[in-house]
Amino acid sequence: MPKLTFKTDNCKGCGLCVDACPKKVLALAKEKINKKGHHPVEAVNEEACIGCTFCATMCPDCIIKIEK
Amino acid sequence: MVVFDKPHALADIPFHYCPGCTHGIVHRLVAECIDELGIEGKTIGVAPVGCSVMAYNYFNCDMIEAAHGRAPAVATGVKRANPEGHIVFTYQGDGDLASIGMAETVHSAARNENITVIFINNAIYGMTGGQMAPTSLPGQVTQTSPYGRDTNHCGFPIRVCELLSELDGPEYLERVAVNNVKNVKAAKKAIKKAFENQVNNKGFSLVEVISSCPTNWGMTPQKALEWIDEKMIPYYPLGVYKDRSAGIVKGAN
Repeated sequence: MPKLTFKTDNCKGCGLCVDACPKKVLALAKEKINKKGHHPVEAVNEEACIGCTFCATMCPDCIIKIEK
Repeated sequence: MVVFDKPHALADIPFHYCPGCTHGIVHRLVAECIDELGIEGKTIGVAPVGCSVMAYNYFNCDMIEAAHGRAPAVATGVKRANPEGHIVFTYQGDGDLASIGMAETVHSAARNENITVIFINNAIYGMTGGQMAPTSLPGQVTQTSPYGRDTNHCGFPIRVCELLSELDGPEYLERVAVNNVKNVKAAKKAIKKAFENQVNNKGFSLVEVISSCPTNWGMTPQKALEWIDEKMIPYYPLGVYKDRSAGIVKGAN
């Protein structure tokens, strides 16, 4: 199963990765706030991930690392 | 096995750009191309004035800061000083390249300088707070055109790729966008080709990237990407405008 790693403190909560994901793996954490004061992205459904890298392709801040 | 990570040519420093700004995507694409061509050690970038003024902080290659609009002139000097030793690219916005730097851009294209120009077109002056740019669309609301850009008064937007394609000089001109995954992949290919042209001493390559500015357009990042599809791309059609080696001389394909 692909493994997703986020540099959570660099996330600006823009949500472009959430929209890009075809499997609805990602969501913005409504209850958490990171160092920058944004709601960071988190994997809510990681087992559905197919490792297509669409999220990382659209992430403007390069915070997503994907391993297979 | 790592299938996606930050490219080596991009420093591990958080970008100062607004949330959802696609500058970050284009920075990453440039860095990926530098990595793939293995030219990080001999690449010199020229940063512009505008939102990407601090691009020198983010790339691991050597960077120079140019005066507003003068990046192609500075790049010309760097390249001519050591034509074989360095790969030189400029990274410029529309307020920099299409406005105050138009003369430098047109003349470096006409001279077919062997440099790579990455041109970010987001139809607005981002850093200074959202004023009307030479590339703002007719009817677009900005800080200095609160009733929409009136073409009777402010003239029409400049299509840089079409303009430069009239010249005999440039080797490669392409317009791409970064508003969805498919377009980002196409943008990567275009940027890589622009760097390869320089490595192969083919001459002036310019890639115009249609980009978003959610903050100054007054939209969410998602809505801004949709706006690119609805408004920007119909006015600025994507495609190759010139590729001398492939025999494409004019017109989008």
